Amino acid sequence: MTLSLEEVRHVAALARLSLSADEEERYRHQLSAILEAMEQLKAVNTEQVEPTSHAVAVEGLLREDVVVPSMDPEKALANAPARVGTSFAVPKIIE
Amino acid sequence: MTPELLNLSMLELSTKLARRETSSVEVTGACLGRIEQVDSKVRAFLRVDAKGALAAAEASDARRKQNAALGPLDGIPVALKDMFLTEGVETTAASKILAGFIPPYDATAVQLLKGAGLPIIGKTNQDEYAMGSSTESSAFFPTHNPWDLSRTPGGSSGGSAAAVACREVFGALGTDTGGSIRQPAAMTSTVGLKPTYGRVSRYGVIAYASSLDQVSPIARTVRDAAALLQTIAVHDPKDSTSSPARAPDYLAEIEGGVAGMKLGVPREYFTEGIDPEIEGAVRRAASELEKLGAKVVEVSLPHTRYALATYYLIAPAEASSNLARYDGVRYGLRAQGARGLREMYSQTRAAGFGPEVKRRIMLGTYALSAGYYDAYYLKAQKMRTLIRQDFLEAFKNVDAVLSPTSPVTAFKLGEKLDDPLAMYLVDVFTLPCNLAGLPGMSIPCGFSAAGLPIGLQILGRHFDEARLLRIARAFEREHDFDRRAPPV
Repeated sequence: MTLSLEEVRHVAALARLSLSADEEERYRHQLSAILEAMEQLKAVNTEQVEPTSHAVAVEGLLREDVVVPSMDPEKALANAPARVGTSFAVPKIIE
Repeated sequence: MTPELLNLSMLELSTKLARRETSSVEVTGACLGRIEQVDSKVRAFLRVDAKGALAAAEASDARRKQNAALGPLDGIPVALKDMFLTEGVETTAASKILAGFIPPYDATAVQLLKGAGLPIIGKTNQDEYAMGSSTESSAFFPTHNPWDLSRTPGGSSGGSAAAVACREVFGALGTDTGGSIRQPAAMTSTVGLKPTYGRVSRYGVIAYASSLDQVSPIARTVRDAAALLQTIAVHDPKDSTSSPARAPDYLAEIEGGVAGMKLGVPREYFTEGIDPEIEGAVRRAASELEKLGAKVVEVSLPHTRYALATYYLIAPAEASSNLARYDGVRYGLRAQGARGLREMYSQTRAAGFGPEVKRRIMLGTYALSAGYYDAYYLKAQKMRTLIRQDFLEAFKNVDAVLSPTSPVTAFKLGEKLDDPLAMYLVDVFTLPCNLAGLPGMSIPCGFSAAGLPIGLQILGRHFDEARLLRIARAFEREHDFDRRAPPV
């Protein structure tokens, strides 16, 4: 199992990580080795096995549909790197 | 300085506080003094909130004077891993991307501790986003093992474990996603308790892998771990995975002993790579429990060898999704000078995350990406079913399972940093418990010839924490591990 540099760049783009050339090469090697070790799972036949997403099922999660106060916008915005009024500000998306 | 005071257990201290033989201000001051004295060497704390802790201690003393204590632990200082949101106190998950982040609210577990009167001394060091097994992936500095300062305290809750071990604080909370409370507990001779998935609310705890993460107490005695769990094992409507089942009284039958219990020793946990001194100590512990009246039998958990690969697909996949929120928009770091939104995301994340976090985000993104989902993520979820079934099958025949917590004792700082797979192997015995959602404990069971702590892991049925505590207590009271302090 060896990842190509293109695959590493594709995954980094999906993950929104800009990697240096050094990092690309390092992760290509390390992820290849890790995925190689994962190959052992192929030895187990799981065709008839249901997947588990949560090990402990909890039921009855719905609450009454009543309005409860939410966080004060000033508090919610207090850590924002940039804001405009009661909104988070981001770099321009549409020209 | 009052070192005798700092050697007390939380419940012993509780009695002294109730009798007014000491005060919370005195005790909190002693903890702060101890931190002043040793933390430049141990580096367990990312930040200490002396002012907040002393104010909480004063309030506690005022309540005690009016016989209005909020509970047995009122006035006993504890520490929190930096995964817990603390209102008004910086919280970073040991990541640069969250440096300077001041949470607007407390995690539910923190609210419960404060509501029971416990002063919060500070926030402890950890691996960045709890991704690591040695506390070395902290973006700020590594923590040192108080038993040997050239070694790691384990991880990821290594700061909490080291702080408790070296008497800076009486107990602490950490999190355990794949062994992050039990493994450092084993490496520092402390008691770590990972409750059943859903027993403690995860609301306000920074997410790593949501189907595996669980809030976990760490202390120096089994009874203290029980008392801490009691305080936080409360249903929380804000966490949809929080169990509505009422927690039992964990101390009620804790002294009941192990007579008549059936304990299993899984043969798959004594294979390649285990340190013979650890195997010896764990097997001796099993025979001691047998002498105390338990029946010990061998059991098989046949899919154990697949747990590591299964975990390192599921946890990074969930992490890659959870950590998508760190994008420089609502809180935390924002890279300056980026052209456009997308570049701002990518540069912020590149500058803010450390190498292990990036590695796991990459691995998880790959496992979830188009064309690979079935081969990796879905396959891992199916393996998870088999691993869980192994335990359910074993628990038809035995009440709990005994094993080593870690295949190795505390390792040298830097030793495994360049080899991610070697680092991942340290968690090989703790991961299956999280995949199955079971409760698990690590308690001290010996020391190696080099003087390094060894942990015994006890795993039980879902929501059977009371039995684990009872087994742990039966073993603990035959020994004096809780009285042995590290040389620092």
